[in-house]
Amino acid sequence: MYTFSKRLKIVSLALFVIGAIGWGTSYVATHGLTLDDVKVLLAEENSHHGADASHGEETTEAMHHDVQTDAEAHAAMMHSTHDSDTHAEDAHGSEAHNDDAHAEHVLHQMHNRPYAALYVAAFFFFMISLGVLAFYGIQYAAQAGWSPVLFRVMEAITYYVLPGGLIVLCIALWADHHIFIWMDPEVVAHDALIQAKAGWLDKTWFAVRGLIFITGWSLYRYFSRKFSLAQDQADINDNSFFKKNFRISAAFLVFYIYTESMMSWDWIMSVDPHWFSTLFGWYVFASMFVSGITVIALITIYLKSKGLMEFVNDSHLHDLAKFMFAISVFWTYLWFSQFMLIWYANIPEEVTYFVTRIEDYNLPFFGMIILNFIFPFLVLMNSDYKRVPWFIVMAGIVILFGHYIDIFNMIMPATVGDRWFIGVPEISAIVLFLGLFLFIVFYALSKAPLLAKGNPFIKESEHFHY
Amino acid sequence: MGSSKVIHALYTDDDVLLSAVKSVRSEKHHIEEIFTPFPVHGLDKAMGLEPTRIAIAAFMYGCVGLIVATVMMNYIMIEDWPQNIGGKPSFSYIENMPAFVPIMFELTVFFAAHLMVITFYLRSRMWPFKNAENPDPRTTDDHFLMEISVHDNENELKTLLTQTGAVEVHIVEKEAH
Repeated sequence: MYTFSKRLKIVSLALFVIGAIGWGTSYVATHGLTLDDVKVLLAEENSHHGADASHGEETTEAMHHDVQTDAEAHAAMMHSTHDSDTHAEDAHGSEAHNDDAHAEHVLHQMHNRPYAALYVAAFFFFMISLGVLAFYGIQYAAQAGWSPVLFRVMEAITYYVLPGGLIVLCIALWADHHIFIWMDPEVVAHDALIQAKAGWLDKTWFAVRGLIFITGWSLYRYFSRKFSLAQDQADINDNSFFKKNFRISAAFLVFYIYTESMMSWDWIMSVDPHWFSTLFGWYVFASMFVSGITVIALITIYLKSKGLMEFVNDSHLHDLAKFMFAISVFWTYLWFSQFMLIWYANIPEEVTYFVTRIEDYNLPFFGMIILNFIFPFLVLMNSDYKRVPWFIVMAGIVILFGHYIDIFNMIMPATVGDRWFIGVPEISAIVLFLGLFLFIVFYALSKAPLLAKGNPFIKESEHFHY
Repeated sequence: MGSSKVIHALYTDDDVLLSAVKSVRSEKHHIEEIFTPFPVHGLDKAMGLEPTRIAIAAFMYGCVGLIVATVMMNYIMIEDWPQNIGGKPSFSYIENMPAFVPIMFELTVFFAAHLMVITFYLRSRMWPFKNAENPDPRTTDDHFLMEISVHDNENELKTLLTQTGAVEVHIVEKEAH
């Protein structure tokens, strides 16, 4: 039995409060920005560029021209198209007008940043628990013999599915057009492409779908936990609760793979409503799956280091590390498949997605290949290293950071564009949700014994040896 | 060295074999070889065999394959004749790399797999027309055979092996390799 230590409680609450304060200040700071502030800022940036270049008139002029075309490009895909009609007419006409449009575009991006930072962090922690839920369902459906000793850790992590999912959905609805431009009727009115998708991209329908997904996942989570606990109390020859769990897990996995796909279209892909990709759902799935498995490993190692999970041996850690390794490779496979197919065919309507990422997000976009693929690939390849806790912890932290960057790369380019930075709002949002996540997960851990002793595979699992 | 004597102990059960290995080793006798019809889990550990290094070899072969693929395509596609094929950028390797990744991957796997298998054949001395080394044909079916070299301690070894549950114990003159 695990007792939620006072220290951990204080730490997680402190993280939550610090994150909330940090995020709140950055929200207030950007919220008060006006068009004039942004113009001043842009003028400053321009003069800096000019001073930096200082190659004489010609370069400055060329730079200026660059800025201008940049502004035109921005204005063309501007979120707020209040004056895009007039803009189209005199796009090359008045420079002052261009500057205005550009400044407004930048203002929108700066306003969007705290919303997007919050959303990325909220989704990241939510997807960890959803990934664990899928992993848990698979363990039951596959009747895995090695993993039942880890079931209570998984059940505790999935406790976050319901609150986490609702939080993500609430942020999505509250942030509205700050994240999802198709929620802005002004934009839709001028955008034939989004109009054509309005049957799916509708705010009410978005909320209803989100609730259906969350309800389905939470119901499975509720019943599987209930049956798992009931199995502990059941007679030694009575496996009826295990069988029930087996059946609902199989059904859940079918439900999950459909809803997970749709959730990734709704909650992530629709931030770029002009873009679509068929393997996007799988790609998001790989990301959440590997993060989830990593968190199972980290929490198990933590509890084992406290002496609370003596029944977990090297071989269990080895198996978890193998999953971390394999699913990292799987994620890379999907990332590359998506990228390479679009890069190769180079169809303008698809490729803009990667153009913005490569131009404005070069380091995070390619850096995550190192974090999510090369590092875990090399570190976790050796069989002996997969049994060393600190190796798993190190690889796990890198993987989790890499998958945060992954979600960051999905959301940010569509909301803040080249105005991104991992600064106060982003880090505060991570800290905020980290605190919430730790609090909820460790609270759930303290609610039941750490060994699911009624599971018919528990003996095999305790003696599992690789 | 000429010919030497070895003792052959036959077993019919892998569990009995495993405990026999343990007691023979605890008596500090050197086990020359064990013949089994199928892999016996834990036999290598009980015999105290060194772990295999074939995975390390495979990793290095994979690196070779990756280098071969990279050098080959860099030479062909970028240096030798950088043609414009369907607008793909062939100015530098990195620019066109996504198109090369499938080949880099396949050659890595190809080299790692095939060279590892060949290494396995060489190290375990397996090739076509090789003479089989079975001391007793039953070891390919349902018998396990333990071979221990004899150094003037025939009787002691015989009693020890019979105690461990051997169904047959023979002294064999063996041609040295």
